[in-house]
Amino acid sequence: MNRPAVLARRARDRHQISVGLPTLIWLPAAIGFALIVLPVAGLGLKTDWPRLPELIFSESALDALRLSMITSSISTVLCILFGGPIAVILARSRIGGLRLLRALVLLPLVLPPVVGGLALLFLLGRTGLVGRGIETAFGFTIPFTTAAVVLAQTFVAMPFLVVSLEGALRTAGQRYEAVAATLGASPMHAFRRVTVPLVLPGLASGAVLAFARCIGEFGATIAFAGSLQGTTRTLPLLVYLEREADVDAAVALSLLLVVVAVVVIAVARPRFVEGQT
Amino acid sequence: MKRFWVAIVAVFGVLLTACGRGSTGSTPEAKTLTVFAAASLTESFTELGKKFETDNPGVTVKFNFGASSDLAQQIVNGGPADLFAAASPATMKTVTDKALGDGTPVDFVTNELQIVTAPGNPKGIKTFADLANPAIKVVVCAPQVPCGAAELAVEKATGVDIKPVSEEPDVKSTLGKVTTGNADAGLVYVTDVLAANKAKPTVDGVSFPEAKQALNKYPIVVIKNAPQADLARKFLELVRSEAGKKVLQAAGFVVT
Repeated sequence: MNRPAVLARRARDRHQISVGLPTLIWLPAAIGFALIVLPVAGLGLKTDWPRLPELIFSESALDALRLSMITSSISTVLCILFGGPIAVILARSRIGGLRLLRALVLLPLVLPPVVGGLALLFLLGRTGLVGRGIETAFGFTIPFTTAAVVLAQTFVAMPFLVVSLEGALRTAGQRYEAVAATLGASPMHAFRRVTVPLVLPGLASGAVLAFARCIGEFGATIAFAGSLQGTTRTLPLLVYLEREADVDAAVALSLLLVVVAVVVIAVARPRFVEGQT
Repeated sequence: MKRFWVAIVAVFGVLLTACGRGSTGSTPEAKTLTVFAAASLTESFTELGKKFETDNPGVTVKFNFGASSDLAQQIVNGGPADLFAAASPATMKTVTDKALGDGTPVDFVTNELQIVTAPGNPKGIKTFADLANPAIKVVVCAPQVPCGAAELAVEKATGVDIKPVSEEPDVKSTLGKVTTGNADAGLVYVTDVLAANKAKPTVDGVSFPEAKQALNKYPIVVIKNAPQADLARKFLELVRSEAGKKVLQAAGFVVT
């Protein structure tokens, strides 16, 4: 990391006069906080605590948790590999039609996930445009496989990474890259040694967002990948299924999902965001 | 930070008092019968509802169709149902266990499983045992839901071991995997096959005798202290009448 820049910023922070927040801001913030936290706290109230260990350490729950963690990790890596370059192009390139490109990239955010899953099915399913070709050429089909889960998650989570990374790139500006260029650095060299380290915190927070979205993904997965223990049944799918028969189990598993999400966001995010990697 | 927590406590306090007061100001709508019914009853009950409205001028019938387990949860949590028709005794039990049924539920129809395949049945599936063929991609409902429980019962009774590619959370989801061509066969209800072919032929249904060993019973009950309990009883009569039977049979149900 460019240590002098960080140090300079810290020095500046120390000398800043602390500006109080307007009192009026606290009330809407508290209402918003209540809206988010109260329903989740309600889950805790509904939980059958004595049965909790039995419910969340059942074989089906552990299978689902393992599958969720593995697929979400792979999907997050795919989001970085493919979404990262999209963000760079959106933030830095001067090609025409960027506005349209950005709108298209954000589509999965507006699309109901089930519709996204159906769209994937129509493209990559056995009777889909590309799916049919894959079956005749390679003899396998994508739906009902773990790969389908990863594709569904990557589809819905990519915009989260693109949006936050593009924001970070825009905030960082191009001054340092310009300096690097005047010192004779090639575009690739400047990108690797200046741009990437500069937006690493933004990339990390985008990756955490994408990972969190993957963990919670339900609609696209059920539509595209189906639901089979150990292969495609992630934690949210198991929750949805269990609530049919055993609401207590569904609540317990939801709690597990909440804990995973909180750990991911609370532990991973601040450390990365503050750039102390 | 302190002010933040004070504001939070204030908001929570307001919310709690608001909850305590409840909804006292609701005026009963003039003659609206609200029926909560299993999703598989959508077509037949909608038709019966229209007939009921014609027979009883001034009455509006409102339906809430959905997964029986969801509906049962809604009723237990105060959902405004006058009449509840469930797709399984187990989901009905959720409601009757809380003493929310006015009298004992009656089973009014049964629904049986059918194998659903792509149009023309390209894989030539004829029997339930054919589904054990590993070259055939089969989707079933998960054992947690009624159609999956019935499927499992047939597997047990016949000794046929099906290895599905997916266990779907509801019967329409199972059907969808077949109608989109991604699975070769699925196990759904007779009524689902008929409903899927209503507009245009989209699937083939293959009946198998073992399905009789796992009939799914549909209980119906008037909700206790329902605002429109009389209307609910009248609608129940219509469902059980000859006219009602005809509509249900046309949808593929077996009237009991």
